[in-house]
Amino acid sequence: MELHPLPGAAPAWQGEIAPHQLPACCEAVKNRGGRLVSLWGTDRRHLGGGFALHVALSDQPGLVCLSVPLDAANPAYPDISAIFPAANRMQRAAFDLLGIAPAGAADTRQWLRHGSWPQNAHPLRKEFDGGRVHSHDADVYPFVTVTGDGVHEIPVGPVHAGTIEPGHFRFSIIGERVLRLEERLGYKHKGIEKRFESLSLEDGAKLAGRVSGDSTVAYAWAYSMAVEGIAGVTVPPRAAHLRALLLELERLANHLGDLGYLGNDVALSFGFAQFWRLKEDALRASAAAFGHRYLMDLVVPGGVSRDIAPDGAAALLAMADALEPEVRTLKAIYDEHAGVQDRFLTTGRVTPELAARLGLTGLPGRASGQAWDLRAQYPVAPYDQLDVRMATHRGGDVAARVTVRFEEVFESLRLVRRLLDTLPGGELRLLISNVPAGALGIGLVEGWRGEVLVALHSGKDGAIERCHPHDPSWQNWPLLEHAIIGNIVPDFPLINKSFNLSYSGQDL
Amino acid sequence: MYQIIKQILKTGIKTETPPQADDSLRVREQEISAEILRVFGRALKIRHVDAGSCNGCELEIHAVNSAYYNIEGLGIGFVASPRHADMLLVTGPVSRHMETALKRTFDATPDPKLVVALGDCGCTGGLFGENYASCGKVSNVIPVDVEVPGCPPPPTAILQGILAAVSKRG
Ligand code: SF4
Repeated sequence: MELHPLPGAAPAWQGEIAPHQLPACCEAVKNRGGRLVSLWGTDRRHLGGGFALHVALSDQPGLVCLSVPLDAANPAYPDISAIFPAANRMQRAAFDLLGIAPAGAADTRQWLRHGSWPQNAHPLRKEFDGGRVHSHDADVYPFVTVTGDGVHEIPVGPVHAGTIEPGHFRFSIIGERVLRLEERLGYKHKGIEKRFESLSLEDGAKLAGRVSGDSTVAYAWAYSMAVEGIAGVTVPPRAAHLRALLLELERLANHLGDLGYLGNDVALSFGFAQFWRLKEDALRASAAAFGHRYLMDLVVPGGVSRDIAPDGAAALLAMADALEPEVRTLKAIYDEHAGVQDRFLTTGRVTPELAARLGLTGLPGRASGQAWDLRAQYPVAPYDQLDVRMATHRGGDVAARVTVRFEEVFESLRLVRRLLDTLPGGELRLLISNVPAGALGIGLVEGWRGEVLVALHSGKDGAIERCHPHDPSWQNWPLLEHAIIGNIVPDFPLINKSFNLSYSGQDL
Repeated sequence: MYQIIKQILKTGIKTETPPQADDSLRVREQEISAEILRVFGRALKIRHVDAGSCNGCELEIHAVNSAYYNIEGLGIGFVASPRHADMLLVTGPVSRHMETALKRTFDATPDPKLVVALGDCGCTGGLFGENYASCGKVSNVIPVDVEVPGCPPPPTAILQGILAAVSKRG
């Protein structure tokens, strides 16, 4: 198989293979310790082809994108979920949206379609009119049922008891103990990928920043990286620096919020009060420096949309200096609190072996011995000069996921200071023009949850032919089902929070 | 325990003065408003429903629960069931997959009830708009009393919107 490097900041290669070669290629990558990063399809019939399946794998040199041309009349490819279990839901979503089918897959239930469009229609096919509203079909989902003496089911959601995104969880329990959890997602599906196709490359950044609002910087950066790769543009050093600053501020704010809720979920409301006060301080400093509490719409193709405010660096440094000792104090309190540790330790455990086998990634991955952090392994500027210290643990329980968050908070504070210290002068944004049609661009960014990938296929005259944003939650949701087994139902909110996965990012 | 008490004392009281109601956010003249004031006063229970947001608006709903805004101090709290709620706080463009759940939640909320739509998406459908999978703005699905724009609206705007729904027109 011939691989050619894709232009751009992300270390990515592309190669075309025939459908029958797919399992062997996946097997080879898996045997080398590689993982499945993302899977999506495209409709090329209007360009004179059929469909295509694209599989992004993390291999030794970087990301390998395998493109597999599929027949227009019978778009089938061999199932790869037996090799990479994480492919299961991605393949089902690709079928719902595009009608390309994994031959031989054990699980072919619908995933993103709940009945809002006809069974035999596929929204990402070019002839599908995205604006047209269809009548609701019956929505029946064949959950796997557990039977036995004393087993019963608890269905939860889609509307949950707290301020959380909607999804459905079905617990099969015996007494208080969970025998099985089955998730059903897709409630937030709002046609994001179809919407991309009606936007210009320029406007796509805004939508990318709203795939999962808590990761707006990561998505906007990954999207912009993909555009810049296709356009052959290298962003100015000042813009790259500011992007990293924004990304670390995003990581910091989200980790602080989670640490607060994790205290709250074990009845230490003190933790919530303290961490949310600190999070608010961080958000206000971000707003003072960049004009938006969550840093939306700042990363744009070609660079950044605005400079740091004149007194922004001082505001951020003051925040970082005030925050660090406070977080240390709170960490000591969490560490020494017997009640907290009793709930955190051994709860919701994913062993490193299971994590490796099923493909756990990102923050929960690092808490289960999966030492992957793009900032350390494939550092794009300015991370290549920052020497990011990756946090990894092998405990795989709530306690380990809490520890990884604490360590990443301290590392992000260090990076924020370093980035402010070494901020180069110069331009903020380069103009993007003459983007070639028919090209593939890849953006890959280590967001606070894990690897955010954006795959972008360019169309004519600066249009988007196809855009697939991929959230690491795709890989991690199935592991949450494993993490809860054998735990008691009241620990589910705690375990769920310790993963804190995105619904919107996977429902699209 | 000593460390916790020390940290609480060192932190002090962070709560800031709450904003005033913003009447301009009101989109529907409430026939029931006098009744609401009589029944609820300022003891208000809210059920949040995420009907399809990007999760950005949720971040700010969490933030209004922080010590800085101290929404509970105003007599306003979030509850787990619509049956206990006086108000629904709805975010997102309403995805078609959440349409039924949102309607059911609305029906399960006892009368008199209020609905506040939050964020540009809740007010207009936002960047997602209306399509095969999205119903667009909240008022396309259930009646809305107050709309709070912003992407996401900051905590003070959320408070202004909630207060507008439960205060007499100024
Ligand atoms: S208004 Fe903005 S923050 Fe809120 S759901 Fe819509 S896109 Fe997300």
